[in-house]
Amino acid sequence: MPNRLTISELTAKLGQREVSAREAMESCLRRIHRTDRTIKAFLSIDENDSVAQADAADEALRHGANHQEQPLLGVPVAVKDVIAVRNQPLNCGSKVLGHFRSPYDATVIEKLRTAGAIVFGRLNMDEFAMGSSTENSAFQVTQNPWDPSRIPGGSSGGSAAAVVADDCLAAFGSDTGGSIRQPAALCGCVGLKPTYGRVSRYGLVAYASSLDQIGPLAKTVRDAALLLRVIGGHDRRDSTSIPEPVPDYTARLDGQIKGLKLGLPKEYMVGGLDPGVSQAVRAAVEQLQKLGAEVVEISLPHTDYAIAAYYIIATAEASANLARFDGIRYGLRVDANDPIELYCRTRGAGFGTEVKRRIILGTYVLSSGYYDAYYLRAQKVRTLIRQDFLNAFEKVDAIVTPTSPTAAFKIGEKSDDPLQMYLMDIFTISANLAGICGLSLPCGFTKNPKLPIGLQLLGKPLGEETILRIAHAYEQSTSWHKEKPGL
Amino acid sequence: MEIDVNYVAHLARVSLTPDETQKIGSQLGQVLAYMDKLNELDVSLVEPTAHAMPLVNVARPDQITPSLPTEDALRNAPASASGLFIVPKIVE
Repeated sequence: MPNRLTISELTAKLGQREVSAREAMESCLRRIHRTDRTIKAFLSIDENDSVAQADAADEALRHGANHQEQPLLGVPVAVKDVIAVRNQPLNCGSKVLGHFRSPYDATVIEKLRTAGAIVFGRLNMDEFAMGSSTENSAFQVTQNPWDPSRIPGGSSGGSAAAVVADDCLAAFGSDTGGSIRQPAALCGCVGLKPTYGRVSRYGLVAYASSLDQIGPLAKTVRDAALLLRVIGGHDRRDSTSIPEPVPDYTARLDGQIKGLKLGLPKEYMVGGLDPGVSQAVRAAVEQLQKLGAEVVEISLPHTDYAIAAYYIIATAEASANLARFDGIRYGLRVDANDPIELYCRTRGAGFGTEVKRRIILGTYVLSSGYYDAYYLRAQKVRTLIRQDFLNAFEKVDAIVTPTSPTAAFKIGEKSDDPLQMYLMDIFTISANLAGICGLSLPCGFTKNPKLPIGLQLLGKPLGEETILRIAHAYEQSTSWHKEKPGL
Repeated sequence: MEIDVNYVAHLARVSLTPDETQKIGSQLGQVLAYMDKLNELDVSLVEPTAHAMPLVNVARPDQITPSLPTEDALRNAPASASGLFIVPKIVE
């Protein structure tokens, strides 16, 4: 079944005419029909449009198009419900957008189309990417493909579940504090958060603009590298995108990591870490040593302050960004006699509890009398956290950590305790505060029940080549990425 | 720590049900107490970071390029007429 292939495998078969793009797309749709009634990764799929795109890819292949020029020609990829795809619904997992349809393509979508990809489906997520379990979706609760009673992680839970369930060849998500890497870890796939500015955010609905990045969720490191090459680069429509050339991230995936220096932060391997996760990560570190990497202990002394700084900065930015959902220009409107009442009612009816909680927290930390005590202080702590990483990267090429302190937890287990939920992000949020790149890949399973564990590699600003190289060498020397849930 | 949730909710233009006011109020107290952790650090000599990547004064050529047509911009509006968004009466 083509839906079970990696991108490299599928494009080889498409090139040889062993399989058509139509067959690949239809195998994904069949898989979704069979498994997604329970997994609930997709919010909607425009099947006619998907098949039409596949037919167009087959037509192009017949007329001599090739995968050198269009590396994703005929490859079905699915998209988190926070990225604009022209004429498709865009809800951000929220009721406040009503029946919104995107009037334009995000830059990443334009680039995917240019590369020949079949862009399909809207993937479930925590409302406005606020959450670590996808339970905050206004529409449905997505299940972890390894255990239906457990969460897939979040906020890109639909994206991770769809990739692991073989509903698509790869998917795209957004990562503000771990929202690509954590679900990738909890579902068992590769998830990459690029350096801040590596990928254009044009057409990504903003949660926290100084932290958000779009990135791929894929079945292998090589696929993730290829996808980053396609979507990366400067964009005049995003002034925060970095004007640096995009290397061929697949070129140096040769298994050679001899002489690379990896840092193991002593602050990360402590309390709250599940013993199964700790064991798997330590074994992965030994494996990396066997492959020739040198591992040294490092210190990131301000780790303990990252969650507090993050939830102040992210909610402050969110409170401003989400002001646009006011019932005037698009989406839901609850009528009232004056505009202020209309805003309040529309937002009261349209936003879910977690979004309200974060908007109110963000408004509070920005409000008169509290700005210096919370927001400005958090921005200063952000400087310290960023400096921790820059200091560490003077000594090491990459940092290796667990992605999440535990494997997937039960649906409902933490939904009434926001602080406990926030603490789950301890290992991922620092990368967003520091603006560096990070990647999660499978490094084992807990024993009973069998649940995926993720290994995180953090790299220097624009250091994606290095972490992809390390991740690929590890992946190819283990078989974790070949294990599939029994769906 | 007690915060006046209704006041902040009004600043944020979000109406809350009495249940939400109660629940969010007590949870925010907890979360803010956790945030006080940041007071342990001396940040008097530290500059704030607003963006992690040091790009400054990014400008683009001042050229007119195609933009979203009015009808596309209005397509998702809850109420519109004559190329305009319809809103409740603002001025008496």
